[in-house]
Amino acid sequence: MPAINVFKAARDQSHASRIFDLSEMPLRDLNQALHNLTPGSNETAWEVLHPKGSHSVAVGVDQPITIDVRGSVGYYCGGMNDGSAITVHGSAGPGVGENMMSGSITVKGDASQYAGATGKGGLLVIEGNASSRCGISMKGIDIVVHGNIGHMSAFMAQSGNLVVLGDAGDALGDSIYEARLFVRGKVESLGADCIAKEMRPEHLELLQGLLDRAGVTGVKAAEFKRYGSARTLYNFNIDNADAY
Amino acid sequence: MCGIVGLFLKDKSLEPQLGSMLSEMLISLSDRGPDSAGIAIYGAPSGHEAKITIQSAKPERDFLGLDAELAKAIGAPVSIAVKSTHAVVRTTPAKIDEAREAIQTLRSDIRIMGAGDVVEIYKEVGLPEAVVDRFDVRSMTGTHGIGHTRMATESAVTTMGAHPFSTGADQCLVHNGSLSNHNNVRRELIREGMKFETENDTEVAAAYLSSQMAHGKNLGEALEGTLSDLDGFFTFVVGTKNGFGVVRDPIACKPAVMAETDQYVAFGSEYRALTKLPGIDNARVWEPEPATVYFWEH
Repeated sequence: MPAINVFKAARDQSHASRIFDLSEMPLRDLNQALHNLTPGSNETAWEVLHPKGSHSVAVGVDQPITIDVRGSVGYYCGGMNDGSAITVHGSAGPGVGENMMSGSITVKGDASQYAGATGKGGLLVIEGNASSRCGISMKGIDIVVHGNIGHMSAFMAQSGNLVVLGDAGDALGDSIYEARLFVRGKVESLGADCIAKEMRPEHLELLQGLLDRAGVTGVKAAEFKRYGSARTLYNFNIDNADAY
Repeated sequence: MCGIVGLFLKDKSLEPQLGSMLSEMLISLSDRGPDSAGIAIYGAPSGHEAKITIQSAKPERDFLGLDAELAKAIGAPVSIAVKSTHAVVRTTPAKIDEAREAIQTLRSDIRIMGAGDVVEIYKEVGLPEAVVDRFDVRSMTGTHGIGHTRMATESAVTTMGAHPFSTGADQCLVHNGSLSNHNNVRRELIREGMKFETENDTEVAAAYLSSQMAHGKNLGEALEGTLSDLDGFFTFVVGTKNGFGVVRDPIACKPAVMAETDQYVAFGSEYRALTKLPGIDNARVWEPEPATVYFWEH
């Protein structure tokens, strides 16, 4: 029975690597085992097999372990991640890395809508494309997308960095606060209060650091344009009353 | 929520498995909608018969002797195959509209699920697995099909409120989302002569497409029209006699994943629905773009 397997495995601290086959064991057992980890645990390398689009794979992990997910996942993979390094060897459904605190998540395939939403820290790398609302309401997370991003990305983004090697869809950075957006390709349209900004030396340095951290090679920081807030929506302006 | 699926076969050798493949896809999305479920299957055309899928809450009473009475009323041979609360009435294609009217006259409690040369539609209150078992969907063969599991928002949890909705011959539609201008569009379509069975928003979308196609548009053009004429949230999957189409509204907050191989084109609200399909690991898997029409025809 799955529950017994988990118990047995949990006692066996001598093994540093743990393999969880989701075609044989319930998802709750995986997440509970991950949540049971304590600081200094020897179980630092985890592998998840046959996720088959399951929701909430490896959410709420708060230890510095590695998790390799072999296949595509559903909603909220790695949500609230705080320190682990998760790699999805497939594509991710909506909300991958939602509200990440620290650590990293790498998606080898594509990501569905609102990747990295509300993330406060850590690094989210999408090696394929991300769809709509990527980085919506981001609050400090760094997101690097090798491909394109969909419409309404970085909507109300507050802080952190969104780097896109490809193109961005409609209404990029609508109602943005202080997040920085770097796009190498074309931007379909900018959202309200989002403008193109000068790329100064400190931005080139910051962006190069992000590209290096995300393992991007053969692409120069100078190839990107920077976008950010025009800061005209911060305070209510009586002249805008008609817009409400 | 709601969960929707669609499967369009390119490889004829898979046709005997259409029912079982579509059933598994729908069951995998059960937790997206526990209220009711339905499936439309497009079988092989017989060439000499058309079909009407009918439903009754009292099948023992309503279906008994209906074939003979109907044959007499329309002056053509009629056969009936009963499956639980549903039955498929077969008759000469030229008599199909007459048969439809005669059924309503002979048995006022019978509801028409859909009609056409090839489509059969089964839908009931309950979980997908129960609905699939009840109608033995797994044993059905066909070229393409669509399915839906419902979490009701816009109208009551009833058999008639379940999807797919069919408003034209061999046409049907499943929907994830909710429409906000359906009352107005319904009024306009009623003025055009369309008939409605429910207060449901999705039935309006189905009737809108039927009306567009009746005006000579093809499936792709009709789907294009939904983007300007329907307001609200929608991912639609639509079946016609020889085609299968998908469209999402411009905001596209209702999820959608598609997969294509040499053998099939498949749609699921989530990737979970596609994981048991043959060759899925090597399929082209993508998320349909917002406000973009996709359609395939045999």
